[in-house]
Amino acid sequence: MKVQLTINGYKKEIEVKPDEYLLDTLRNSNYLSVKRGCDSSSCGVCTVLLDGKPIASCSYLSVKAEGHEITTAEGIQKEAAQISAYFGDEGADQCGFCNPALALTIYAMKRELSDPTDEEIRDYLVGNLCRCSGYVGQQRAIRAYLEDTL
Amino acid sequence: MKNVNRGLPSIDGKGLMMGKPAYTDDLAEPNSLIIKVLRSPHPFAKIKKIDTKIASEVNGVECVLTYKDFSRIPVTRAGQGYPEPSPHDKFVLDNYVRHIGDEVAIVAAVDLITAQKAIKLIEVEYEVLEPILDFEDAYNNKIIIHDEPEIHEMFPIGFEPKKNIAAAYDMHVGNVDETLKNCDVVLETSFYSQAQAHVMMEPHTANARIDCYGRLVIYSSTQTPYHVRRIISQALDYPLSKIRVIKPRVGGGFGGKQCIHGEFFVSAVTLRTGKPSKLVYTRKEVFESSFSRHPMRFDVKLGATKDGILKGIDVNVLSDTGAYGEHALTVFMVAGAKVLPLYNKVDSVRFGGKVVYTNHTPAGAFRGYGAIQGNYALESAIDMMCEKLVIDPITFREKNMIKEGETSPIFKIMGEGTEGIEMSVESCKLEYCVKRGRELINWKEKYPFVKGKSSKVRGVGMAIAMQGSGIPYIDMASAMIKLNDDGFYNLIIGATDIGQGSDTILAQIAAEVLETDLDKMIVYSSDTDLAPFDCGAYASSTTYVSGNAVVKAAKNMRKMLIKEGARSLGVKEEEIIFDGKLFQTEDEKKSITLSDLSNHLFYSEDQQQLVATNSYVGTKSPPPFMAGYVEVEVDTETGVVKVLDYIAVVDCGTTINPLLALGQVEGALAQGIGMTLYEEVLYNQRGGLISNNLMTYRIPTRKEITNMNVEFADSYEESGPYGAKSVGEIGIDTPPAAICNAIYNAVGVRIQSLPVTAENVLMGILKNKEKRNEKQ
Amino acid sequence: MKINNYHKVNTLDEAYALLTSDKSSSIIAGGAWLKFSKKTIENAIDLSNLNLDQIVETKEAFEIGCMTTLRQVEVNKSLMTFCNGVITKSINEIMGVQIRNIATIGGTVSGKYGFSDLITPLLVLDTKLQFYKNGIITLEEFLNSKDFKNDILVKIIISKKIGKAKFISMKKTSNDFSVINTAVFKNKEECKIAVGARPNGALLAIKAMEFLDNNKTYSEEVINECASIASKEIPFGSNIRGSKEYRIELCRVLIKRGLQEVLK
Repeated sequence: MKVQLTINGYKKEIEVKPDEYLLDTLRNSNYLSVKRGCDSSSCGVCTVLLDGKPIASCSYLSVKAEGHEITTAEGIQKEAAQISAYFGDEGADQCGFCNPALALTIYAMKRELSDPTDEEIRDYLVGNLCRCSGYVGQQRAIRAYLEDTL
Repeated sequence: MKNVNRGLPSIDGKGLMMGKPAYTDDLAEPNSLIIKVLRSPHPFAKIKKIDTKIASEVNGVECVLTYKDFSRIPVTRAGQGYPEPSPHDKFVLDNYVRHIGDEVAIVAAVDLITAQKAIKLIEVEYEVLEPILDFEDAYNNKIIIHDEPEIHEMFPIGFEPKKNIAAAYDMHVGNVDETLKNCDVVLETSFYSQAQAHVMMEPHTANARIDCYGRLVIYSSTQTPYHVRRIISQALDYPLSKIRVIKPRVGGGFGGKQCIHGEFFVSAVTLRTGKPSKLVYTRKEVFESSFSRHPMRFDVKLGATKDGILKGIDVNVLSDTGAYGEHALTVFMVAGAKVLPLYNKVDSVRFGGKVVYTNHTPAGAFRGYGAIQGNYALESAIDMMCEKLVIDPITFREKNMIKEGETSPIFKIMGEGTEGIEMSVESCKLEYCVKRGRELINWKEKYPFVKGKSSKVRGVGMAIAMQGSGIPYIDMASAMIKLNDDGFYNLIIGATDIGQGSDTILAQIAAEVLETDLDKMIVYSSDTDLAPFDCGAYASSTTYVSGNAVVKAAKNMRKMLIKEGARSLGVKEEEIIFDGKLFQTEDEKKSITLSDLSNHLFYSEDQQQLVATNSYVGTKSPPPFMAGYVEVEVDTETGVVKVLDYIAVVDCGTTINPLLALGQVEGALAQGIGMTLYEEVLYNQRGGLISNNLMTYRIPTRKEITNMNVEFADSYEESGPYGAKSVGEIGIDTPPAAICNAIYNAVGVRIQSLPVTAENVLMGILKNKEKRNEKQ
Repeated sequence: MKINNYHKVNTLDEAYALLTSDKSSSIIAGGAWLKFSKKTIENAIDLSNLNLDQIVETKEAFEIGCMTTLRQVEVNKSLMTFCNGVITKSINEIMGVQIRNIATIGGTVSGKYGFSDLITPLLVLDTKLQFYKNGIITLEEFLNSKDFKNDILVKIIISKKIGKAKFISMKKTSNDFSVINTAVFKNKEECKIAVGARPNGALLAIKAMEFLDNNKTYSEEVINECASIASKEIPFGSNIRGSKEYRIELCRVLIKRGLQEVLK
């Protein structure tokens, strides 16, 4: 079936199967910042924004996205670059595989929560797993990013 | 510009966060054939009949391969120096399957759906065999897991497949039985550790293509591109010279990508079809069909005098390598070699045991391999000994542990798979680490426990640890530096950046020698055609071994530059002062910039390309040390254990990049905490892994890991690049023992089998209560 | 999982006709858990166009459309203060934001998942379900019946009863499923206690509730006895997250803690 999606501000018509998940649709359409990690909505590396809200694209049927706005890391280049500077300053970036998704989730969090506490940040990002950093460096970086930009 | 010992962001961090296509699957040919692997539903079976006819005829299927399509060449998938200290016990495909998830056949098709459909159409008739699922039953069992005539060891590693032994080892110093007999206090106890999974975020991924020169080009998410090239060549009997392996960005490895995974299959399919192909493991395949940490049983005996002098250590280990013997011997040996020297003042030590085959998912390399298991056993046992002696565990360690300038006979006896190297520890700030950690955790106020609110009790615990820095006389690294016009450089290295930031720190080292800015040192790494050899990212070797190679190459380049600078200015080399940008004579009368010089060398006079190359192989393996302290809170009504704070004071010599070193330690601590408290490995009765996805195998989230405090000791290792030792693994070693010691100090429950579960802690608490009630 | 035909319907009538037209037709809620199913779905029915993703607050109740995502429920301001925010709290602990923005309340309730963290607090509140054909029934009736498979859950109606409530779950890591979860509710008229993730679906602890109703004062002993009764009357089992024995012990402790909170 054909679906009309708005991806990073551009309208696209994409042919999908009724049981196709958005992760596959996006990767097949060359949005390669969207990663495959677990296929069970547990790890968060496939996160994209649907109308500004983070969803696990591995668990969202592409047909359901009809008419919605999808944002991938390719659509928030400026913000991702900005966030990465804070990660770099805290020794928080390692393999980077989970980072485009994390940047998107932080971007969405910033719009949803005003001045979140440490606990609220962790609550919001708990679905973004990371096996490299041990999280504490990320937390320092996110804290600093929010403090500087809110 | 100072580049070393400076916290700089990793050079690829920004691009990766922006989502640039950089990982193996991002770089696959868009029209690659999709490979799916038919995997064994049985833990042990013989393939009696396999019929691929119907599957092959499905429209869109390009090839279906079974064991019949491969010559019987046994190899090891372990990415180690050659000849490998691992048994050659694996065929690309075999007519026996030895664990659930083992490979039966491979299908390559135009798309995933077709491949999945074809997989279901392969008809297999199995003769199901009785498996060995308990590693304590494996030795000398009537069931023989590896009965193939072709398999062999490369040199003596104690390989006895007829007894299900992949490797065995024994050593002793002095007479332990005699020593223990004369001790005032003897402790005898056992510990079990589990098959932790790596859970790198990027699943194992590989793709292959034939390039325009007719050569096989493999992209792989690997830690060991050069070993991959060698092993593929052996296994497929295909010329080494026709294979190129490229390692793009890697989404985490932790040892899990030190072994070969999908490279066999993409290579075989592409060679057979001439078409590009790719394979991305599902998460289930990562769990069931790659590798895990070796589960181990430790039987430990310690003997001490009543005034707290440790006299003898006796450790017997049984290790489970699963269906194949990747890293069987080396992981086992490290459980002794990187643990026992911590207590170097004992009269006698004995260490030995066996690594056995079972019908479980094979074990392989995993960060801190052997050391974390050994550390858990020994550092738990030390605390148990202290309790018997009624001595503070820190005081006991301070009396008995290794100190700067000292040695241990273990260094000479035990290496990784071979004999070790005699050395004394020239840089060892362990005493400082212990002292500083004690202050930071506030041991005086908190040891052994503090009662918290309602049902909560807080306890503190600690452990000390050591690692190594590469494998001396075996693992080599090399580096090339090329000068470009305008005076910037290429640093071309075999070293494998898997997210730990080695490209960044190696560039920092080169930039330091050549006194240039980091952005003038352009790194290209891990391409077997274009970069010089490096053994790969393992054994905590990159900073130390590859770092030393970079120092040597950069010094060569510096010499060449000064020679050319002198020639250009018409003076003697001794007269030249070079500050990284400008060559000038002492009297400042003559000068030329590097930029001008390099432009001249390219276009105007005495034209030539300056390239410096050098390599390094260690002659010792200086250990980094650390002290780990943890404060836990135990809920005495639910058994839930929370890590409130983890203090790590680390001696890794100079930190080339303090930020990236910090990330290494923090990340390793989290993995160690995960192994200790959360990462349960569960099998069903048939030998199938229940915990084979991220809903059943739990790694810590950011809500479990909330506080860490990592500090680095002021330390300088003469033999290291700018005084550096390694830092990749040391952080993972202490959490199991330190946390178990803290739980014991809090609630009197000693966990001797990992992971600690809330259920086990609660059951222990209830049992203690019962005992107390009985006494009353 | 395989889907042959996908229908974004425009009316409930259309949805119902499709649902009953073929045994392998199915309503697609969030669709997140579908992928774990081995079924082939002939007609996948998507209710997205029916404006059923609204939370309507009336004087008497919250009426939550079946397609409302868990996240929408979680961030609803009124629900945050309703009965000490017991619903908000229970949803807040379900995996990550990424899945709570997909999963719907209708899918969660109609799935009757044993691991559900949401059904347990709904059970101690006055929760009713509005079905397309069968009309309004209580949540409890629905959980105990197999009769509603061919009907469409349209709305979840939570009466605004006044009282104190507390949800407590125990998880191994924060994005895991619960080892056990408990909810208690107390006001002048009644006490309600529910236990879920046993590992089977949530149940009310009727005997414990009666015991508490028959007591006028809530001493430490009464609370302990009540928790103990609940842990004995509720049937538990073992799974990978915990043994039956451990769950019995946890049930007692968590209900005790819940009661201490609501009886403060």
